[in-house]
Amino acid sequence: MKLTQNNKSRWMWLLILPYGGLLLPFLYARRTPEIFGVPFFYWYQFVWVFLTAALTGIVYWRTR
Amino acid sequence: MQLLHSSAFLVFLAILAAVSVLGFLGARWKRGDLDQLDEWGLGGRQFGTLITWFLVGGDFYTAYTIIAVPALVFGTGAMGFFALPYTIIVYPFVFLAMPRLWSVARKHGYITPADFVQGRYGSRTLATLVAITGITATMPYIALQLAGMGAVLAQLGLTGNSWVQQDLPLVIAFLVLALYTYSSGLRAPAIIAIVKDILIYVVVIAAIVIIPAKAGGYSHIFSAADAVWSRHSTASLILLPKDYTAYASLALGSALAAFMYPHTVTTMLASSSGQVIRRNAVLLPAYTFLLGLIALFGVVAVAAGIHPATSSGVVPELMTRFFSPWFTGLAFAAIALAAMVPAAIMSIGAANLFTRSIYRAWFRPQATAQQESRVAKNVSFGVKFGALLFVFTSSHDFVINLQLLGGIWILQTFPAITFGLWRRIFHHQALIAGWAVGMVTGTSMAAALRLHSSVFAINIGGTSVRLYAGIWALMANIVVVWLTSMLLDRAGIQRNHDETAHADYQEQDAVSELPVKTMAS
Repeated sequence: MKLTQNNKSRWMWLLILPYGGLLLPFLYARRTPEIFGVPFFYWYQFVWVFLTAALTGIVYWRTR
Repeated sequence: MQLLHSSAFLVFLAILAAVSVLGFLGARWKRGDLDQLDEWGLGGRQFGTLITWFLVGGDFYTAYTIIAVPALVFGTGAMGFFALPYTIIVYPFVFLAMPRLWSVARKHGYITPADFVQGRYGSRTLATLVAITGITATMPYIALQLAGMGAVLAQLGLTGNSWVQQDLPLVIAFLVLALYTYSSGLRAPAIIAIVKDILIYVVVIAAIVIIPAKAGGYSHIFSAADAVWSRHSTASLILLPKDYTAYASLALGSALAAFMYPHTVTTMLASSSGQVIRRNAVLLPAYTFLLGLIALFGVVAVAAGIHPATSSGVVPELMTRFFSPWFTGLAFAAIALAAMVPAAIMSIGAANLFTRSIYRAWFRPQATAQQESRVAKNVSFGVKFGALLFVFTSSHDFVINLQLLGGIWILQTFPAITFGLWRRIFHHQALIAGWAVGMVTGTSMAAALRLHSSVFAINIGGTSVRLYAGIWALMANIVVVWLTSMLLDRAGIQRNHDETAHADYQEQDAVSELPVKTMAS
């Protein structure tokens, strides 16, 4: 019981990643590489929308 | 009075009329006894994954957001884009915290965050402070929804010099809204949210297809915007290094504040289980993607050389420029609904707070369920008209400034509401002290900035650190809570009774917990 609880909460750490990826703007405040003319600064943050949904989905699925 | 275009106006009117009928019919949907506050104010805590998804989407992504985010990007460029990281990082927090709040609230019949604080810390004073902060922060927010709707009505041509031309349409729209909220409670905005969300998706998806094609493609749009912004000192295409900390702290502070507001908590507690909330934390970023696209309208508007009279005209003017008249009418109806849904839920949330933490806590401890729901219905009505009066009597800037302050204030309830969801580490008197310090710090920083900005610079060891004032205040708040709590416990000052138990925070069994309709006392 104790062990499964620990295994479950380990997955929760995945939820820190979006904070790291988005709250450190020096990582992404750049113009290049562009995609279809959209600067990196903009598309990088859009990518995190999908990444965060995926990460939260994984945590949901593993801790259900 | 020169109407923009009769087909735009007719489509707009038809959608709003149809939706109003839905609002009144809402009372019959998943029928419950609307004399119970649970039923009126939380829709009976029975909304499943899909309805909750529409409801939160309709509630959290407001007309003000649709108007203000692109307006901010229009004016400042990259800095205004913080709304995107904000509405991304909010969901891991929702995933972790909100199912716990739902669970304990269901167990003890809490309908507001202040109810939970009362139960957890046994302090009426702390609960009342949380409630008053919530109500105060919500009022200008409702007023801004009205202003967002006003921007759309003005673009439709409903402007003029006389009161009848200028203000009457808004008064009528909100009277209808207030009436069906009164009679149907949360069920009304829940139904209307479905229509609103679908319309917004249609409009935004059409916009990202139509507008770049007409405006010369994204490559051209970004270069053209860059050319315009590089001539200004206040805007830039890419975030400048001096703004890194401001950008990140605005995103973080807004995300932590978002689910402290009464209207967002209302939608959480209205769901049928903690699992519904977790699933929604996975699915709701779909709206964030949409919000990001809406934010890009600000870039498009710069590139297209739009010169609105006020910043709230950016989106309406952009739409009028690029959409056909009937589609403009549809888009404007979507924005109007995006004002009405949150305004209804905000007024319900504020009414619930008033009823439980002020009316019942201080004046009628023995209030019956009927009395509670009657008071809440009346307050929801009063709150909307208060907001309407507010919009008509104050300048738009004043309302925006108050909403900015409201964001800082609501963030100061974060320690009292959130920390207690895990453990009762802190003394209730320490939480009161922290709240007071946070409120004073945040308000005086905002005042020192003359409310022109919410980013405050503090000189630390020779470097000037620029952070969102709400975050500075929250840090002061938490430090005071922590220190005072240690001192109070060491001094042996008693803590009050905690009516919740460890197990209340975790749903034991989702199936057996599902609404067995209890006869509420």
